[in-house]
Amino acid sequence: MFAYYLDLALRSLKRNKALTALMVLAIALGIGASMTMLTVLHVLSGDPLPGRSGELYYPQVDPQDLRGMYPSKEPPMQLTLIDGMNLLRAKRADRQALMTGGEVPIQPAQSALDPFYADARYTTADFFPMFGTPFLYGRGWSAADDEAKAREVVIARELNQKLFGGADSVGRTLRLAGTAFQIVGVLDHWQPNPHFYDLNTGSYAYGEQVFLPLQTMIDLHLNHDGSTDCWGNGGGGTGTILPSATCVWLQLWVQLDSPAKVASYRQFLVHYSQEQQALGRFQRAPNVRLRNVMQWLDHNGVVPDDVRLQTGLAFGFLLVCLVNTVGLMLAKFMRRAAELGVRRALGASRRALFAQLLIESGVIGLVGGIGGLLLAVLGLWLVRQRPSAYAALAHLDMSMLFSTFALALCAALLAGLLPAWRACQIAPALQLKTL
Amino acid sequence: MDILPILSTLRRHKLTAWLLVLEIALTCAIICNAVFLIGQRLQRMDMPSGVAEHELLQIQVANVVQPANPYARVQEDLAVLRQVPGVQSVAFTNQVPFGGSSSNGNVMLDPNQPQRTLNATTYFGENLVTTMGIQLVSGRDLQPDDFVDVETALKGLNSGDSKSLPHVTLITSTLAGRLWPGQDPLGRIIYLTPQVGLRVVGVLASLARPNAYDASKAQYTMVVPLHMGADKGESYVIRTRPQDRERVMRAALAALKKADPQRIVTTRRTFDEVRHRFFQDDRAMAGMLVGVIAALLIVTALGIVGLASFWVAQRRRTIGVRRALGATRSNILHYFQTENFVLATLGIALGMVLAYGINLFLMLHYELPRLPAIYFPVGAIALWLIGQLAVLGPALRAAAVPPVVATRSV
Repeated sequence: MFAYYLDLALRSLKRNKALTALMVLAIALGIGASMTMLTVLHVLSGDPLPGRSGELYYPQVDPQDLRGMYPSKEPPMQLTLIDGMNLLRAKRADRQALMTGGEVPIQPAQSALDPFYADARYTTADFFPMFGTPFLYGRGWSAADDEAKAREVVIARELNQKLFGGADSVGRTLRLAGTAFQIVGVLDHWQPNPHFYDLNTGSYAYGEQVFLPLQTMIDLHLNHDGSTDCWGNGGGGTGTILPSATCVWLQLWVQLDSPAKVASYRQFLVHYSQEQQALGRFQRAPNVRLRNVMQWLDHNGVVPDDVRLQTGLAFGFLLVCLVNTVGLMLAKFMRRAAELGVRRALGASRRALFAQLLIESGVIGLVGGIGGLLLAVLGLWLVRQRPSAYAALAHLDMSMLFSTFALALCAALLAGLLPAWRACQIAPALQLKTL
Repeated sequence: MDILPILSTLRRHKLTAWLLVLEIALTCAIICNAVFLIGQRLQRMDMPSGVAEHELLQIQVANVVQPANPYARVQEDLAVLRQVPGVQSVAFTNQVPFGGSSSNGNVMLDPNQPQRTLNATTYFGENLVTTMGIQLVSGRDLQPDDFVDVETALKGLNSGDSKSLPHVTLITSTLAGRLWPGQDPLGRIIYLTPQVGLRVVGVLASLARPNAYDASKAQYTMVVPLHMGADKGESYVIRTRPQDRERVMRAALAALKKADPQRIVTTRRTFDEVRHRFFQDDRAMAGMLVGVIAALLIVTALGIVGLASFWVAQRRRTIGVRRALGATRSNILHYFQTENFVLATLGIALGMVLAYGINLFLMLHYELPRLPAIYFPVGAIALWLIGQLAVLGPALRAAAVPPVVATRSV
């Protein structure tokens, strides 16, 4: 029966080519636009570390003075150096890493290469095992290296390619900002999107080339980039001057693998705040936060507003295209009232007619879906030509591919429901009379 | 034209007619808001910077190893740059308007007030007003003896020694109007911290923030007399004649490279490029909105053509009867045109309500202002026009139906 209905549908669609093309085009345009934007939204709001992100938490405490305080105010987005080191050394979590960003000048040993700047992450030993960074060669440094302010560095695959032609460079020397560092590890390609652990350096398509111990950076007065917020008499520091004690400029990430540990870590942050208040360092009542990766990204509103707006717009467009198709299909089915009346009079049930008409709209949906997919590929290519940082990430993946087809088919069947139902309501006798 | 027969015909095609009305309404609502958004973006891209945009160059250099005396290095570089032919003036600053990353401070009117009054951008550097071509409205420019080294100021801040801190500042007229509405700002004091009080000695016509995302606060800027040492975050700003920019840029880079071959140039651009880059997302968004409007109008027009063609085909016999009874071709033409006008008007009326609703939603979620009434007619006129254009073809075909059709059976 299905094959017969399909044949009927194709015949009917062929009979009025312009109209069929119009309906297919409308569905394809609507699907293409909405799938393009949905893919961009999907890529931008994705999980940066699938499988791990649920156990990673971002602690915040409030060390500010009483000026500018009001109830329910969020604590600062980052930590001071003192609080960061205190929380790091307390080791209350399964793993913890304190970090900030910057740029370091690299002086290649080869004279053929001019000195250049590379994005750097200053962090502590647990960074690598906690985030599960893939190593091509070597390993990260140890907690003892942190305390010893070791001149050790981990470099990214791209930098290793540039400097050493991709060879195993572990053990070799790299001169950074006038100081000799020993390479202890080479990371394989690793670029979580969004760049969740520090959103100040750019949220998307950003990856550091150099990783070195935070304590070493402080010891050498290396340059620090990113956001610095100060209060009281705090000065942000410029060049080689570090931000003062009343400035927040560091991020701490901790790994907590059970809800009980999360609760006890939150309790620990409150106790820590109370203790610091008793010591006179903190002035505000304990005001702590402990968000996991996805909550942290959500809290920071990391997906650009423009992308949300454009997604809304694309779905508005899809709605107009669907209403258009419903209208055209209705007109088309109603015009075939006579034919449908004959089929009814010859014994076809309403259900059978309904199925036949739905198959016709399903065919339109399927063809429209294929067209929409092609348009989405084109649309994503257009998005990639845009100047925004996230543009390069806009690629269609398998799940979005299937979603496109599902959406197109659902849309067309939904659009076919009302006209098919309406057409089945026709009384056969009335139609036969006019023949 | 008698409208009653049209209405009674439409009543027979209630569902189809309502779908067309709905499509027109949705299109109208989206178009009103899209045109409004385009207007917003264009207005933003027009934001004044307050500087002589076509005459400025920005250069950022980074040292591989920090120089022994970064302050002396800056003075040497400035002297080198002044010697470059075509350079009219040179300055060293911590940021430029629309440059992106910014340095800001909290402004208070009383050292003991519990909450800050507002947050303003603090420009540092000597000779900024002359070099950037900023207009001084009243008071005086900063003088060489107003200036303090950043490092000295930071130490003074920590030790509480107010002598080593800057004491004066320049502010924009917008900031002055916000802090002291209707009063003369000259001689008044603003506090960056309880210790740092700065006396306003000059008022600038306009100077935009580097991160001017919020237009209402884009002019909250001040210039503080602080000298900075050579560092990769700071910029050399060169003023030259517009036609000399390319040549001066090349000569200036060569001169800087000659002064210290170990340096890395990280940024080199004209101010036109700075503006272009800062507003690139707005330009892309406006372009996309234009595309959406065009696509919506095309889809709606094609929908109207399709439905009208159906109705014309369906009513061929009726049209023939009317023609046989004496209706002229233009009567038939007007019939279909009026029918479309009635449907479009219904759609537009519904669309206005929808447009208002969408705007309310956008205001709630995207900090957009209220949709001004002027945008409502835009959508209305666009849809009336597109409706009339789309229906013209089918209507002409209807008018061409000969009266003899009435005498034939279907």
